[in-house]
Amino acid sequence: MMTGKRIGMESSLGIAEAVKLANADVVAAYPITPQTHIVERLAELVANGELDAAYIPVESEHSAMSACLGSAATGARTFTATAGQGLELMHEVLYVASSMRLPIVMAVANRALSSPLNVWGDHSDVMAVRDTGWIQMFAENGQQVFDLTLCAFRIAEDPEVLFPVMVHLDGFHLSHVVEPFYLMEQDVVDKFLPRFRFPLALDPDKPLTAGAFFPPGVYGEARRAQDDALRSVRPVISRTWREFEEISGRSYKPVETYRADDARVLLLTMGSFSETAMLAIDQLRERGQQVGLVRIRLWRPFPFTEFRQAVGNAETLVVLDRAISYGGPTGPVCAEVKAALYSEPKRPRIVSYVGGLGGRDILVSEFVEMIEKGTALAESGVEEELLTIGVRV
Amino acid sequence: MIGTKTLTDNPVDLYLRADRMPHIWCSGCGVGPSVACFVKAIHRTGLDTDKIAIVSGIGCSGRVAGYVKVDSFHTTHGRAIPFATGLALANPELKVVVFSGDGDLAAIGGNHLIHAARRNIDMTVICYNNFNYGMTGGQLGPTTPLEAKSTTSPYGNCDPPFNLPHLVAACGASYVSRWTVIHPRQLEKSMAEALTKPGFTFVEVLGPCPTTYGRMNKLGRGVDELRAYQERCVVSNGVDPRDAEIGLNGPILVGNFVDLSRPTFWDHCVKIFGRAQKK
Repeated sequence: MMTGKRIGMESSLGIAEAVKLANADVVAAYPITPQTHIVERLAELVANGELDAAYIPVESEHSAMSACLGSAATGARTFTATAGQGLELMHEVLYVASSMRLPIVMAVANRALSSPLNVWGDHSDVMAVRDTGWIQMFAENGQQVFDLTLCAFRIAEDPEVLFPVMVHLDGFHLSHVVEPFYLMEQDVVDKFLPRFRFPLALDPDKPLTAGAFFPPGVYGEARRAQDDALRSVRPVISRTWREFEEISGRSYKPVETYRADDARVLLLTMGSFSETAMLAIDQLRERGQQVGLVRIRLWRPFPFTEFRQAVGNAETLVVLDRAISYGGPTGPVCAEVKAALYSEPKRPRIVSYVGGLGGRDILVSEFVEMIEKGTALAESGVEEELLTIGVRV
Repeated sequence: MIGTKTLTDNPVDLYLRADRMPHIWCSGCGVGPSVACFVKAIHRTGLDTDKIAIVSGIGCSGRVAGYVKVDSFHTTHGRAIPFATGLALANPELKVVVFSGDGDLAAIGGNHLIHAARRNIDMTVICYNNFNYGMTGGQLGPTTPLEAKSTTSPYGNCDPPFNLPHLVAACGASYVSRWTVIHPRQLEKSMAEALTKPGFTFVEVLGPCPTTYGRMNKLGRGVDELRAYQERCVVSNGVDPRDAEIGLNGPILVGNFVDLSRPTFWDHCVKIFGRAQKK
């Protein structure tokens, strides 16, 4: 059930359309490549009256997220977008957003980090904010960017959730490409995403203090409570995506698979490279190989149950990371995956690849190579700490 | 061909990384001409290029650090001045120059700008002001004039801008000037003065950005923007910088505004630490 007219649009503009349909009240942002088209479009929609919101052109990303805290704390539906260095400059404020349970939605056009300076895509920025307490999800194409942004508001504002949400889209590879979109009617969105009533909103008639000092005697309890709360939102996310499916016909799950049912070897990806990886899976399937693809859509809170189910029957799991954990065990995603499977009685052998850094493409042939070499390596029993794909060594 | 001379090399090539050319700046951009003035100013001062360090932030003018043949560093967005402060204090013999843009220096790095001026740190800051964030596609910045259009103010800017010479002068800068890239002689001379004067010295360079600011505000090509500067600029040496606000239209005051002597941060350090160490 794909409703409405199919149109072509840059993914960044698709996010702006979702924010407009969500009727956001406040957008605070600072320009940074490759995110800028999102907020430029929003500035235009606000200025010409199509979106009744305040657009705050702040002086840095640190200020952008700080302004978002303030606006969300009053109960305003709040959106921002950033990328790479901008996300890192927000870093300390990100923790405050999640700890104060402020349901901000942020699109992150994933970008590499300095130095050397690089404006192109990878997941270094995501991994650096992994533990900030935000709900984080990955989009693979333009339609998903639109859908997940709409769902992000609904999830963030759910009274059982009240956490900020990041929607990740690969910088340039996804943010700047023109993609096919089915947009939605305003009344359908309004029903799915009713007016936000923040139960903890700042209100002069009912004063409250948030974010105050917590000494050692209570700090640990607050942290524990926050982690419990974040872990408990997984059913709400799945339920929201099911409800979204009812109005859109498009289905989302915390972990998604492609031709994985009888797969002996699974490849794991996150983000837009998943669609290229699917072509590699198709090629190998045509050659009769039992291979499939697993994509982690929900990065935080990590969907342990769904993930274990998805990979439990495979013999080999080849994990692609688009970030390096310097001096760490493997790529950051692979390290998580290994941790998630360590206690399982039956688990696949795991091979870690790092590639696609700083905007470097990964070709279909390279995905094929990763699967084939990774499988051979896994069968040999040799453990390499870090394998790279497409990198001159 | 009596009386003519053919030069095969540009005399300022000595100061530039010619192997990195062509540069990335757009046709009609003013950053290149401001760099030309800058390297001529270095030549004019006779400073030893081994004792000059250039630091840039992020943005189009942030690329200057990569094109000038001296020790240079391209820092993160807004942090050129703190980086340069470290250099200047660790090696007081070094002539430290920050070459960056208005967005980098006055918005995301604005705090550092005012505090470096307050401390009178020994450094020269050259601020290429094109009234918008050019590299990211022409968003409004801290110097965008009221009413001016940008990609984040498509119907006109509601944010009153900074008057940068007034800002840094009020914070305590020792030398403050403003020129445009159609004043190459004055700009070069002013840069040379700034480079040789102790303390925090600041040169604002106004220049065109035909790709974003110029296009959004229908200013024509780079050369048309230059012509507009020629028509609008009023040379006003010594004028109180508070009167040098820049509007969307109307006169633009340029000139050498402030030139005074006050102890630098290092002077205070030498005095106070020296006193403490005598005890």
